[in-house]
Amino acid sequence: MSNKFSRRGVLKSGAIAGSGLLLPTYLRAESHSGFTNAPTGSEVVFGFNVPQTGPYSEEGLDELRAFQLAVEHLNGEGDGGMLNTFSSKALDGAGILGKKVTFVTGDTQTKSDVARASAQSMIQKDGAVMITGGSSSGVAVAVQGLCQEAGVIFMAALTHSNDTTGKDRKANGFRHFFNAYMSGAALAPVLGNVYGTERRAYHLTADYTWGWTQEESIAASTEALGWQTVEKVRTPVGAGDFSSYIAPVLNSGADVLILNHYGGDMVNSLSQAVQFGLRDKMVNGKQFEIVVPLYSELMAAGAGSNIQGVYGSMNWNWQLQDAGTQAFVKSFGEKYGRPPSNAAHTSYVQTLLYADAVTRAGTFNPCGVVEALEDFEFDGMGNGPVLYRGADHQCFKDVLVMKGAENPTNEYDTLEIVETTPRAQVEYAPDHPMFAGGDLGQCNPGA
Amino acid sequence: MFGLNQKDTKFLLIVVTLTLLTPFLLNPFPTDSAMAQFNAGYPALMQRFAIYGLMAIGFNILFGLTGYLSFGHAAFLGVGSYSAVWMFKLLSMNILPAIILAMIVSGLFALAIGYISLRRSGIYFSILTLAFAEMSYRLAYSVLTPITNGETGLQLNLNDPRVLDGVADTSSLPVPGLFGLKMNSTYTLDIGAWSFDFNVGFYVCAVIAILGFYMSLRIFRSPFGMMLRAVKSNQQRMNYTGLNSRPYTLAAFVISGIYAGLAGALLAAMDPLAGAERMQWTASGEVVLMTILGGAGTLMGPVLGAGFIKYCENIFSKINETILHSWFSFLPDSLESVVVWFFARFVGEGWHLTLGVLFMLIVIFLPGGLVEGGQRIASWWKNRGKDEDSSNQPAE
Repeated sequence: MSNKFSRRGVLKSGAIAGSGLLLPTYLRAESHSGFTNAPTGSEVVFGFNVPQTGPYSEEGLDELRAFQLAVEHLNGEGDGGMLNTFSSKALDGAGILGKKVTFVTGDTQTKSDVARASAQSMIQKDGAVMITGGSSSGVAVAVQGLCQEAGVIFMAALTHSNDTTGKDRKANGFRHFFNAYMSGAALAPVLGNVYGTERRAYHLTADYTWGWTQEESIAASTEALGWQTVEKVRTPVGAGDFSSYIAPVLNSGADVLILNHYGGDMVNSLSQAVQFGLRDKMVNGKQFEIVVPLYSELMAAGAGSNIQGVYGSMNWNWQLQDAGTQAFVKSFGEKYGRPPSNAAHTSYVQTLLYADAVTRAGTFNPCGVVEALEDFEFDGMGNGPVLYRGADHQCFKDVLVMKGAENPTNEYDTLEIVETTPRAQVEYAPDHPMFAGGDLGQCNPGA
Repeated sequence: MFGLNQKDTKFLLIVVTLTLLTPFLLNPFPTDSAMAQFNAGYPALMQRFAIYGLMAIGFNILFGLTGYLSFGHAAFLGVGSYSAVWMFKLLSMNILPAIILAMIVSGLFALAIGYISLRRSGIYFSILTLAFAEMSYRLAYSVLTPITNGETGLQLNLNDPRVLDGVADTSSLPVPGLFGLKMNSTYTLDIGAWSFDFNVGFYVCAVIAILGFYMSLRIFRSPFGMMLRAVKSNQQRMNYTGLNSRPYTLAAFVISGIYAGLAGALLAAMDPLAGAERMQWTASGEVVLMTILGGAGTLMGPVLGAGFIKYCENIFSKINETILHSWFSFLPDSLESVVVWFFARFVGEGWHLTLGVLFMLIVIFLPGGLVEGGQRIASWWKNRGKDEDSSNQPAE
């Protein structure tokens, strides 16, 4: 058989391929407009990147519901929700800058790699100009880094680690949710009031960065109160069975157990601690107590009656009575038949805040949006007066101290609000040691 | 040519052509059409096709040839990524030192794990590799946080030393490059309604993947490859004839570990972040799936399998109910919601189900993977004219 790659054949096909490439070409309009994915048509695309599978999928799906509701309200469908109570009146329900809002969704699987792949596809393929979502700080930090490089805005949703606006802060990333430091600062005075200042605390901590920052924050603020920290024990993530960690607590001389766990881990560790009878014990002449610094509705539902009387903190709760909260809970409830979680709330608010910043800046250019959001003060979004601090892109607002409801009346009424800690009490300097080492850098508009 | 016989040369050239034309092949639908949802020709996904293809090629040298099923290859991928990102942080944003260090470190790592694990075979070997990988994952996730940055993942920082790059502009993070050619630069070619992205990073990955493919082709055809196949067919008999098979299997293990490390380095080069999940057992399982899905022991199979899985993961997972509603809006309302409900189970968060069903179908009906499917179609195509011939008539 003769060689199939004759010189003639190669030349011929080369010529055909070459002429194909020489067809009239022009660069896309986007590359000339000065920033990544400038919307050219009548629509603008948002990317909602949430965990739809995996351990945090419940939170992710609730975030997705809130995002869809926000898009409806921005496009003038539905009852407008918080647009009616928001202190900035730039948005009129006719899209953003006259463009209809559309969205694409992606599944992060709570894995940084997958989340980044999904965000890249939103940016490169679907032309998303803003990415939002997240249910784990690792994922949020990873996607925030990606958005900084690509030149789009990242509006972080559920992420509680200090690092997101601390050592991993980025100019293109913004966080509305509160953080571990704020949990500690809000929770400690309440704990001091109910449990006294002479307590010995035992920490069980999820062994990764979020757990560590929360442990550090809570230990610092309770020690400032006069408490002693007996022991800090790290537990593997997803351990399932915590009994071997709980048994030593009894003999340690501690009288408070602090569970720096989240999601399924928290449900398991709390339930097992209660089953061990910790809360019925008297140690050092005091009633033994359990504290869960970060609460969520979904965890509370999972832990059932075990959370009754257990203190924790939240960013927002649907039982608040202000006009913004009521408007949001009403439209969310009408659409989905359930009250929103605080993950849903932060997702919804972040979407509106982005839209509002674009409208006030008059452009989708990330640098314009960053300028409009930095040091922006607003109200009417369910948290009272809020400041988006320019120095680290963290929102400062009141923090809720919660307690597991003693007598829940229905399946959503699992937590009750103990105190609304005022904003001044949870504020800190941008270069606070727990947040040091980060650098926002310059906003990046991309292409 | 290239030390290959004519058939293999032709095969290699076909692979090269297909790889280089990927931006066209993966974007068959016009940008504004409804079918554009199924386009996969955007830089990040094309890079992943090439990178995971490379990893699967390497995995196939071990699994396809020797039959040793490693459930821990993600560990090498992760080690490669971490080494590469550290190179970006300390030395230079040029991808060459990163790739070289990643290959060395993952090779040493594979040597250590392989030396221990290969004392056993079969299921025990798989479990040992799985244990090592899971150990690496746990270490990276928490204990080794100073090196790996734990859950948050190792990222570049504005104040990293980068001694070879000198003082750069400090306002934005540098981008990995190859002697000034930035990995994320893309040229977009618009032809009529179509648009095609030509990305530097993809072509770097593609060239390396082709080199990797060529290496594996040579290994498959070499006496060494023959020895590995002998291990698969009957290792005991080999040992009884006085041959010590362990050096061969260890070499295969190290080679495939280096492939995985290289893939990890490329992942980091395209997107300078290394997270611990890259080492999780699900990531190891994914490579096994890719290889089996495509066709274990075939040259092209693992690459096809890698492409198939990454396509499902990235394209199906992004179809949501809103998109389904727009597709089926021509149906009457009641029927539409039923149809949408049904398909919504298989897309979006249900993409795993689609993958699972397809995997089952392929394993049951095409045990040789996608490659066998291709071969069946090809032979059907060749024989389609001959059906009327008397050759197929039963003897009377």
